[in-house]
Amino acid sequence: MWRPGGTFDTSYRETLAIFRTRFHKFMLLLLFILLLTTPLYASQYFLSVLSVAFIIIIAVHGLNILTGYTGQISLGQVGFMAVGAYVSGILGARFGLPFWASLPCAAFSTGVVGLIFGLPSLRLKGFYLAMATLAAHFIILWIIIHAPEFSGGVDGLIIPRLQIAGLGMTERSLYYVNLIFVAGMTYFARNLARTRLGRSFVAIRDNDLAAEVMGIDVFRYKLTAFFISAVFAGVAGSLWANYLGLITPEQFPLMDAIWFLGMIIVGGMGSVLGTIFGVVLLKGLSEVVILLGPMLGSIAPALGGRVAAAMAQIFFGVVIIVFLIFEPRGLAHRWGLLKTSFRMWPFSY
Amino acid sequence: MATFLQMMLTGVMVGGIYGLMALGIILVYKATGIFNFAHGWFVLIGGFLFWAFLVQLGLPFSVSVLLLLASGCLLGLLIERLIMRPLIGQPVLSAIMATLGLAQILAGIQTLVWPGPGRRYPEFISSEPMRFGDLMVSQQHLWTFIICLIVFGVFIFFFKYTLLGLSMRATAEDHQLAQSSGINVKTVFSVTWIIAVLMTFTGGVLLCSIYQVSPTVTEMGLKAFPAVLFGGLESVPGSIIGGISVGMLEGLGSGYLDPLVGGGMKELIPYIILLLVLVIIPYGLFGQKRIERI
Repeated sequence: MWRPGGTFDTSYRETLAIFRTRFHKFMLLLLFILLLTTPLYASQYFLSVLSVAFIIIIAVHGLNILTGYTGQISLGQVGFMAVGAYVSGILGARFGLPFWASLPCAAFSTGVVGLIFGLPSLRLKGFYLAMATLAAHFIILWIIIHAPEFSGGVDGLIIPRLQIAGLGMTERSLYYVNLIFVAGMTYFARNLARTRLGRSFVAIRDNDLAAEVMGIDVFRYKLTAFFISAVFAGVAGSLWANYLGLITPEQFPLMDAIWFLGMIIVGGMGSVLGTIFGVVLLKGLSEVVILLGPMLGSIAPALGGRVAAAMAQIFFGVVIIVFLIFEPRGLAHRWGLLKTSFRMWPFSY
Repeated sequence: MATFLQMMLTGVMVGGIYGLMALGIILVYKATGIFNFAHGWFVLIGGFLFWAFLVQLGLPFSVSVLLLLASGCLLGLLIERLIMRPLIGQPVLSAIMATLGLAQILAGIQTLVWPGPGRRYPEFISSEPMRFGDLMVSQQHLWTFIICLIVFGVFIFFFKYTLLGLSMRATAEDHQLAQSSGINVKTVFSVTWIIAVLMTFTGGVLLCSIYQVSPTVTEMGLKAFPAVLFGGLESVPGSIIGGISVGMLEGLGSGYLDPLVGGGMKELIPYIILLLVLVIIPYGLFGQKRIERI
């Protein structure tokens, strides 16, 4: 718990506070203002990249609560996101519910689906659980594809977008909607870590037997973790449906679930900040590859445009493996070291 | 009754391939404790490599097979040296995540090198079905099953009667004990990965010869997971029985349930089996009952 010189905590409450120092508050405020003003000068494309990144951050926050805090590997997050997207999409398109009403419905029903597929965690750990959630992913998508009268099947579903005061949404206003949600959900995730619930999650991750002995109802807390994680996925899915206006089963491939796990690893497991780092870094890298793709194509026309996608995949795999080998504690840890050395300078001990 | 037998027979034949691929997973798990998620993508790469040798380069069949085996050895060695060895001593979870990263790399390579629609091998087994009374078996299925049985046989012989097989079994039992009795555990790890890749490559070529050489083979390859868990994670005979049972249940289920729900049960049934097995008997039919209950 290194602090800048002259900062001393006088109570436990201060130590655990989310906004710890004045400098910290100032920097966060600055970041928030920066994000708020981005649409004034950024291009439409950049805004759309940010919007998608915000939605992914919400989903990965959920996965981080489940995998990073509670230690339950899940490959089902994308499946859960699909549930959120389709529940909110079906409520919107078939029953005419507005976005603000379908979002909580989607979040809650995704949470319940998460609970159901979390049930095997009663008896399973590690990769057994990963298998159960893998099955969850396939079963969810199978149901979506095979119930075309509700979900539109493989052709997808067109969703009426959010309207405020009868006005349609532009790229810019959708950006603000996503920004509000990502800020709120990040705050929630950060706050969760310092409650009794969050500490129980960490205890279960570190040693479930010891947690049980200490009086934590392991099964109940595991299920709670599944529920909260799926609620995050549901919110993300609902925003996704609202943002794109068209959802198809192909938007939710298994590979993305692996990407999500990769994002947590790169950022640092069990860290809210790390989650954001992970998403921003990997999303940024894939954008760079997409930008470089046409250039590669012009250098070697035989390779064509698909190179970008393929290179992104290969690059991503390499990044995950390199991080696992050389930086297993993730970017958040490196960030902490950096801050410490900055504070201690020039006396680095 | 005839339809029932027919569905079962076809299921068993396909199940042989699942069993073969399950064996690759179990092998790696037993020796190194790592659960290999990249497995479905090994299947894919195997299928495509064979296509490349046979069709793209136009090599004769036997040369293609040899080249495929050689490249399998190389891939296995590379994976062990470059990815798995630096991760020794890290939590097992890291190694499992690394296999997920590997899956991405392999998928990327496939999109990069062999894009576009699915391909087919030239027919090296006649597609004319054989008849046994009322039952029909396509020759492809039959030959595939026979090849699987041969590989199983070779594998069992290797484990029982060769020194390397014995040292692999010892390593699976206990790394430290094996090392202290003079076995080079790192070599065993390399050999394990090589054999596992070879098995999945074989499975991949067989699957691709029945269906077609396309990325959907990955999903077929992932069906080895239900087979593994059904048979039990530590058990070699379990993988064979698990594979055949999953294939059989899949065949029967899609035969009887498809008309009721409008098709596509084939993709779903293995995963339903998976969930049921995980909830009811998580250690599988022949696995060791080591899971702690909390």
